[in-house]
Amino acid sequence: MSMEKQAVERARTAFLTRRSRPLEFRAQQLKALQRMITEKERDIAAALKLDLNKNEFQTPLYELVGLESEIQLALEKLPEWAAPRTAEKTLLTISDEVYVQPEPLGVVLIIGAWNYPFALVIQPLIGAIAAGNAAVIKPSEVSEHTARLLGELLPQYIDKDLYPVVNGGVPETQELLRQRFDHVFYTGNCAVGKLVMEAAARHLTPVTLELGGKSPCYIDKDCDLSIVCRRITWGKYMNCGQTCIAPDYVLCDQSIQGRVVEEIKKALKEFYGDDLKTSPDYGRMINQRHFKRVTALLEGETVALGGESDEADCFIAPTVLTGVTGSSKVMQEEIFGPVLPLVSVGSVDEAIRFINQREKPLALYVFSYDSKLIKRMIAETSSGGVTANDVLLHYSISALPFGGVGNSGMGSYHGKHSFDRLSHLRSCLIKSLNMEAVNKVRYPPHSAKKLSWARFFILKRVRLGTLGRLALLAAFVALAALVAQRFL
Amino acid sequence: MLPSPSSPSPARWFRTLRRTKSTEQSSKLSLSVCTELLRKSREALASGRTLREEFRLSQLEALVRMLVENEDEFVDVLHKDLHKPRFETVLSELILVKNEALFAVNNLKKWMNPEYVARSLVTSLDECFVVSEPLGVVLIIGSWSSPVQLNLVPLVGAVAAGNCVILKPSEISSHTTELLQRLIPSYLDTECYHVISGGPSDLTDLLELKFDHIFYTGSRATGQQVMQAAARSLTPVTLVLGGKNPCYVDRECDVGIAAQRIAWARFHNAGQSDVAPDFVLCHTDVQARLILALRSCLLQFYGPEPRHSASFGRLVNAELFTHVRDLVLASGKVAVGGEMDEAEKYIAPTVLTDVLESDPAMQQEIRGPVLPIMTVYSADEAINYIRRKEKPLCLYVFSSDRKVISNMMTCTSSGSFCANDSVLQSMMVVLPFGGVGASGMGSYHGRCSFNTFSHRKSCVLRNTRVECVTYLRYPPYEDRSLSLMMWASSLSRRSQAWCQIL
Repeated sequence: MSMEKQAVERARTAFLTRRSRPLEFRAQQLKALQRMITEKERDIAAALKLDLNKNEFQTPLYELVGLESEIQLALEKLPEWAAPRTAEKTLLTISDEVYVQPEPLGVVLIIGAWNYPFALVIQPLIGAIAAGNAAVIKPSEVSEHTARLLGELLPQYIDKDLYPVVNGGVPETQELLRQRFDHVFYTGNCAVGKLVMEAAARHLTPVTLELGGKSPCYIDKDCDLSIVCRRITWGKYMNCGQTCIAPDYVLCDQSIQGRVVEEIKKALKEFYGDDLKTSPDYGRMINQRHFKRVTALLEGETVALGGESDEADCFIAPTVLTGVTGSSKVMQEEIFGPVLPLVSVGSVDEAIRFINQREKPLALYVFSYDSKLIKRMIAETSSGGVTANDVLLHYSISALPFGGVGNSGMGSYHGKHSFDRLSHLRSCLIKSLNMEAVNKVRYPPHSAKKLSWARFFILKRVRLGTLGRLALLAAFVALAALVAQRFL
Repeated sequence: MLPSPSSPSPARWFRTLRRTKSTEQSSKLSLSVCTELLRKSREALASGRTLREEFRLSQLEALVRMLVENEDEFVDVLHKDLHKPRFETVLSELILVKNEALFAVNNLKKWMNPEYVARSLVTSLDECFVVSEPLGVVLIIGSWSSPVQLNLVPLVGAVAAGNCVILKPSEISSHTTELLQRLIPSYLDTECYHVISGGPSDLTDLLELKFDHIFYTGSRATGQQVMQAAARSLTPVTLVLGGKNPCYVDRECDVGIAAQRIAWARFHNAGQSDVAPDFVLCHTDVQARLILALRSCLLQFYGPEPRHSASFGRLVNAELFTHVRDLVLASGKVAVGGEMDEAEKYIAPTVLTDVLESDPAMQQEIRGPVLPIMTVYSADEAINYIRRKEKPLCLYVFSSDRKVISNMMTCTSSGSFCANDSVLQSMMVVLPFGGVGASGMGSYHGRCSFNTFSHRKSCVLRNTRVECVTYLRYPPYEDRSLSLMMWASSLSRRSQAWCQIL
């Protein structure tokens, strides 16, 4: 039996012992995860520095703080999330219990990505643990130092049978995908997303796919460009452009493009100083393959800013391209690098048309003082999420579901949405073996009279407090007696 | 003991031949027609009319009118397809859909409004909300056992959510499909909503086209095929799949009432239901009484000759008749019923006993008016049996002991669960209905339908003028690292959004 299959079987056996179900156990595991983050922050930061040249301040800010917040939220809300959720009653079910009971799905497979290798594995894991599942964790092998660290750390803190870490490359991932899971949670690109869903389909396993796309960023003419560009610069060049919700390209009027470039230049200087390459805050491309892929996108384009690169260091300077059209090579795939094309559009209409001609992106950004324009952009385009007048923010609010649509993915998570996504929400109706008189209405032999009674009972719905319910129940019992008299 | 099936009459052969020919013809037309309809739907979508609340309301109200004004026709076609009694058609097909449509009409405004989420002190200048938008063009593939309900309830959700729809009812319930094909264009917008027909071979071709969501009700094998095809274009799916729904009858139980409820659920629509109990696990102490009670119920419901009762249905086609007949002949012993007539596709309400786990009736989905009863010695044995099998769409337990009910619920998993009754939980607008594991994924009914056919888009509208707060997030980090760390750690513990520092 392969190592992957063994890990999955162990997780399933551990799940079947039911020990992941009690809320105390789940809370204990979450707290252990929290301890791991606090105690091993240094090691995590070191691994991320080796993988992506993230510095020791970026790591807590962008990978860890969000996770701690999610753990805190889960610990606080778990009893509420896991409790039965009552539903509205009809006259027919007035004396019954009608509710939805969240239950664990079973064994969840979490496949992480390499750009935020720690966060993109731990965040779904928090949801999986909170929902009472077992989880097999497969970090991305591309961010190898973080993958190795996760393999060492997680078994030290959380239950190693319920939550095994499986490391490896493509063959190991394929072997994992041959096993049967109760949910597969994948973060990555579209091409692999399709393969993951196809593999899951063989076992009728539901999936959550957090994919990418080209997130457009529209800048209205009348804007304070210095604020706008500072925010865009922050979001675009963070992690060397390797963020799934980074603004991929800008749509703006030709007349402001020059100033956009200037403002970005100013912001870059503010952030990274005069010599970018030596700034401890500027990242690197994850590997040579992606370095080559992104530098190839620059061929034949007008470089307005940046463009320098160093293959040995996987360094690409923050770059802005102008004169880009819809058919340029750089507009055909998600850039996932520090290259920002500026595409000219003459109006909001043109921008909306441009966006709608393409696949639905993971994020959409619009900068404008005109709230009507913003609302129009939101209403006339589709995307996973939207942030107006800033970038990336909708990711960080736990109350908002985060996920894609169309080519940018399916399903969403964060906060309670993670819990719900990785649970089975089971509808329950608990009746008692009495009040049979009312039920008689539905039994054969059928008659027109019975039909009219049935119509009455089924179509009426009630929204009452307890006192009202009791009063109605009394009236109902009297009614039931009457009905019984007629049909007995 | 069982009468030998009468040989098929020439008229019946002719009818079968004619039907095969017409399905072949329509299958050749299907793919090119579908491509054209898909294009039309996308154009209609792009026009923006489905985004308007008034439009959606008008369509839902038109759907209700269609059911009200053509009640007799629906009763007639369902009688032709399944010998469904008027009562069942009106209640479980027409009223159910009407209920869903009216629920959507009454709540549409609320559902379409953005949902604002809790804001913290720091984000109070911003607007954070979730807005529901249509997915696009939805493909709904309905099943034949309750053809009106299984096609139109998802349609209600898709319409309410602002999508365009291509509806493919099952060719097996051919009269109902024909009626839907005729009526829907007269009531609903002909650019946005289309009804197509076709056989199983057409499904493969149809699934090559790109939809924005596929909603499928039917068998597991086809469900897998649907999901695999959907994977190729990253299309989300909702699958409501059949299987064997277990029903446990405990020894602490009013057997008389339990028998009535089980008999009603199992034998309505001649057993052709995705949600009825498929088999009973009966505690050994009460089995004899249960069988007696079932016998007396059946007598009460359908009289001494169910074949002559207007309240009892027929199997939908010869293939299904053969399948159910073979199951009966190869499993256990007939305790009640067992009479069959192939020409009429009639199988009497039948109860089987002395059934073994390996019998075909316990291995395959039955889909007919046959109820196998297997003996168990305890509730735990029943639980172990259920857990050995795939997760079912529905799970039922009859007991007056709350502990037994609670134990059954926590130790098993199923799409939905009902204690001391059956089927009802699948008819309620307020409860999501769907499967889990091998019984499917996703759910619908009521608000859940609206959500299934929507994309819930998260939006944050930030204020541009207050820049000072955001300065802390910008590089260079070293200078401000200390204050940043302290502020971040103290705030993140207290709130749901760590974006304060952003």
